[in-house]
Amino acid sequence: MSGLLGTQRTESAGRPRSRGDVVLDISGLCVDYGFTDDAVHAVVDASLTLRRGEVLGLAGESGSGKSTLAYAVTRLLRAPGVITAGEVRFHGKAGDYDLLTADAETMRELRWSQLAVVFQSAMNALNPVLTIGSQLTDVLKAHRPDLNRQARKDRAAELLNLVGITADRLSSYPHELSGGMRQRVMIAMALALEPEVLIMDEPTTALDVVTQREILEELVGLRDRLGFAVLFITHDLSLLIELADTIAVMYAGRVVEYAPAAALFRSPRHPYTAGLLNSFPGLHGERVAMTGIPGSPPDLRHVPEGCPFNPRCRYAMDVCRQDAPVLLTLPSAGRRAASCWLQAEGFIAPEPLALPEPTTLGARIVARPGALAADLNDSDPQDPYIEAAGSAL
Amino acid sequence: MTDLSNYVPAHGAAPYGQVPALEARSLTKHFPVRGGWSMRKAVVHAVEDVNLVLHRGTVTSVVGESGSGKSTLARMLARLIEPTAGQVLLDGKPAPSSGRAYSNLVQLVLQDPFASLNPIHGMRYILGRPLKIHGTAGELGMDDAIKDLLRRVALTPAEQFIEKMPHELSGGQRQRVAIARALAVRPEVLLADEPVSMLDVSIRLGVLNLLADLRDRERLAILYVTHDIASARYLADTIAVMYAGRVVEAGPAVQLTDRPQHPYTQLLLSAAPDPDRAEAPSLAGAGSPPSLVSPPSGCRFHPRCPFAMAKCAEQAPPAFPVGPGQTSACWLHETPTPKTSATVSASAVEERTTRSAPDEAQG
Repeated sequence: MSGLLGTQRTESAGRPRSRGDVVLDISGLCVDYGFTDDAVHAVVDASLTLRRGEVLGLAGESGSGKSTLAYAVTRLLRAPGVITAGEVRFHGKAGDYDLLTADAETMRELRWSQLAVVFQSAMNALNPVLTIGSQLTDVLKAHRPDLNRQARKDRAAELLNLVGITADRLSSYPHELSGGMRQRVMIAMALALEPEVLIMDEPTTALDVVTQREILEELVGLRDRLGFAVLFITHDLSLLIELADTIAVMYAGRVVEYAPAAALFRSPRHPYTAGLLNSFPGLHGERVAMTGIPGSPPDLRHVPEGCPFNPRCRYAMDVCRQDAPVLLTLPSAGRRAASCWLQAEGFIAPEPLALPEPTTLGARIVARPGALAADLNDSDPQDPYIEAAGSAL
Repeated sequence: MTDLSNYVPAHGAAPYGQVPALEARSLTKHFPVRGGWSMRKAVVHAVEDVNLVLHRGTVTSVVGESGSGKSTLARMLARLIEPTAGQVLLDGKPAPSSGRAYSNLVQLVLQDPFASLNPIHGMRYILGRPLKIHGTAGELGMDDAIKDLLRRVALTPAEQFIEKMPHELSGGQRQRVAIARALAVRPEVLLADEPVSMLDVSIRLGVLNLLADLRDRERLAILYVTHDIASARYLADTIAVMYAGRVVEAGPAVQLTDRPQHPYTQLLLSAAPDPDRAEAPSLAGAGSPPSLVSPPSGCRFHPRCPFAMAKCAEQAPPAFPVGPGQTSACWLHETPTPKTSATVSASAVEERTTRSAPDEAQG
């Protein structure tokens, strides 16, 4: 299957790219809603790098600007949203692009074919009056004019197989599929043109945990095979720690911490990350009273002076109330940074924010062997004889 | 189905030795629907033969995925839905079918605090209504009673919050108001249907801690309905896991999550996000829940179950004891001597796990 996928495009204009190269470079991105002085600053000076084959997790609560960032990067932001500053560079196989200055025609070519998005509530993103097959072939008709009808249909069937759905579902309507299957169809559609970057905005939030894990295992398997990079946006930090390679935590529109997943989990450097980690009760050991974070996320129209987290921060100092900290690169085995005065020179970070970094990776979501086979049997939710995972094929 | 002669309590009635504040006996709900081209009459078997006890001063959690019937169960206990069969007992006596006599003892808190508070009314009106209707303000004046309610849910200073409108409050504060409104009638039982799932992650624990506080301080019997088994483990004293309308496993919260016995509970725990886990789990029995219009015969989990036997498709398993206060509705735990079932079933699970390993290797 992956062989067929690789045959479609062979020419490469740029230099050869390999795993680990930067594919998407966001620096100093600022997004406002509104033009006047009372505009809401939804994203402030966000810098992130996404590498080939990497899953970059973007965690944050509602209103932290994580979805706005995704919309800005793909230039899908609607008025009154405006990008006021920053640069987004896309280093694709077919050349380098500045996404914020590219014209509409270039963006149209790049979107979906190289930069695909799976949006929030993707379960409702399918057209209810068209079959899955016609929606899948529609994409190919627009972007791959060289394919004839049969080739498009074959390719659509191949895409469905890729996400573990049998080809006979091509003639199904969205309402005939379960939520998890609709989400898989959305992922298949996003992968239709072999993008190099897949942006996923809360793709599994509406799904049950079992379905969620199945889909994530599949996503990791596809990433391993096809080598695309994923920007995975979610509010569920505990999920990202198992899924992502690197995690960026956003608060009030700012990236407050950026670190490899295991390092972020075992040794957070920002008080907000530590508080967020302390908001997810564990599944093991003694039950201990947990506090979460006092107060509530700030109203973006009235962001506190200085560090936006200072009213909720247990370590807040005078300097935090006056000056906003900058994102500091921290000494680490991996790449990590935090935006907190406690990590700045001349300050001593309290013990919970200065824990040693872990040496092991911790448990990861991995592609399930034989997952595809099991999911092929899963294609009929009414079928009472679904085979157990990994037992068939 | 209402024959209670061979009634087995859902879980741990013994250690408390008291009459439960609220009890569900063999509760069943079938929703009639019309389906298909011929408009045949069909029935959704939403909840089937569920037993549950809520004791004063404890939190009982019902955990399940969407469509497992957990919200239908909560609504039946709140008397918003009339059960098809079964009984709701309030303080050991058959509960009145509806009305104030019931609602001043049992109150329901809903999932979405952005929809459950009327946006055109202030806190004084929202919290004043139940006080007025149920006459529970007592000797305190109306304003003082409202302020007292706000303080009980930690919305302080109450003098300020009493003047606020819903749009001035955050999600967490709104949910606290919804809880305060339920407390206004001085209930004995609080039914909370996914009370934190709409809230931001960092403020969820605040609301869960409030529920724990109400349990300890005011001895309320609380039902916590959730899809998040980790939060159930954090808050609840006992957990009942539901699958496709049935309780498949029930028991003390920590014991159940540490030593799950039913294959579905094991699947649910292996699928839950858990950064602490040592290695990636294998999802045994992945797939989707069955249609409840024509649920599978026998055990409803058997089509997905990696350990399914012939018997599972024929007969629905009753709740077998698998540990102190823990029961599992699974034929694997059927043993002639219930006293040693905990050890027997534990080794049986180990044995099964090792047995299933070669099968996976083949795939």
